[in-house]
Amino acid sequence: MTLDTTPPVPVLRQRVLVLYLSTSALDSPVVGWSRYDGTGRTSPTTGDSDEPPYETGVAALLDGWRLIQAAQLIPPYPGGEYDVSFLKHEFVFEQLVDMSAADGSVTG
Amino acid sequence: MTETEVTKNPGGALLSSVRMARFVARGSLRLDAVVPDEMNAEALRVLARGMAPVPYGTPVSQAYAQGSFAQRLLELPQVAGALYSLVGGEPAIDHHAVHIREPHGGEAQPLHADAIIDVRQDAFDVQLMYYPQDVTLEMGGTLSVPGSHLRRTNETDTGRYQNLRGQDRLVCPAGTVVFLHHGLWHGGRRNDSDTVRYMFKIRFAPRERQRLLWDTADLHDPRVRTELDAQFPWYEQAAGRLERYNRVLLWRELTGDAAFDLVDPWVTRVTNRPAAGRPAAGRPAAGRPAAGRPAVENPAPATAPAPARSEEDAA
Repeated sequence: MTLDTTPPVPVLRQRVLVLYLSTSALDSPVVGWSRYDGTGRTSPTTGDSDEPPYETGVAALLDGWRLIQAAQLIPPYPGGEYDVSFLKHEFVFEQLVDMSAADGSVTG
Repeated sequence: MTETEVTKNPGGALLSSVRMARFVARGSLRLDAVVPDEMNAEALRVLARGMAPVPYGTPVSQAYAQGSFAQRLLELPQVAGALYSLVGGEPAIDHHAVHIREPHGGEAQPLHADAIIDVRQDAFDVQLMYYPQDVTLEMGGTLSVPGSHLRRTNETDTGRYQNLRGQDRLVCPAGTVVFLHHGLWHGGRRNDSDTVRYMFKIRFAPRERQRLLWDTADLHDPRVRTELDAQFPWYEQAAGRLERYNRVLLWRELTGDAAFDLVDPWVTRVTNRPAAGRPAAGRPAAGRPAAGRPAVENPAPATAPAPARSEEDAA
């Protein structure tokens, strides 16, 4: 009889955090936020909280979130220099959750 | 803002300039508990039955039968006065709708502005939203974002934004009426309570030029500029300045004052285009140096005096 020592295959799901910051600097204040949960354990939605999860983008890094995308800095279109539109400073973070772990631990 | 700032007139309670400036900055106007209790009770029955549609463009006086609930709602002095102040007399009905949120039912709407992108800078529609019940936080009252109405976005393209600092999750007493600028970002929230929530909405389009339609007795009150200078917590640092710029342009349209600006001259500064020639007072006499300056053989082309820089630029 042989002992199976193969480690269990992790079942990874993604949690996404989107932070909108006051300037293009990652350490500037959070002005908006959104969350999406690929584990299905929570269902964040529009207008579900008045307080941001972090005060700055760097605070999310310190808590283990990984930055996967930052908004580009694009000059205003000619003639539209004074227009206001979407929030400019969008930063997307992720966490990977191992669904096979008993505690549903975050792996990165 | 207190109700004492609303001036009564025979056509209703017109808004003051200060309150109008607040609308221009925030994109909304809230009138708490202006509908009497007996009408609120009646509304729950009327709205549950539904409201027959009104064709687009129908003048308001022809849209609702005399004595009907909607007609009496619009004749309440504070509602009539606010409506007149915002869009003038005899506005057209764009559409109306009864919104019903079942208990523990449905999902929150994505943040949106109604209709399609609408970038008019010299006119605006308003949406009346009437709440016949006390609305608690759990009932999922309308979410709105103060100061978002001048952002150029199309309908639900803002759906990715779940929460913004300073957002307004409506909690209000029964009989509250809210007017929204057509561009304001908003959405119905999820009803997590055991109570059915009702809201009646009417969109109005102006049929006259929106200029000085309110009570202008306080047009030069310093609080007008204070209201127009409002900074909302969700604004990015730089875009917040552009918001003021765009508000000034709207206020100029609403008042006809083409020189209006805030204490920090956001529009004046960037539209400074002097005509040819120097201001006479600053021009040195030919062949004779001005005090403290050497004579210039070939004077440079005329330029405007540099405007004073703002202390705010130290931010």
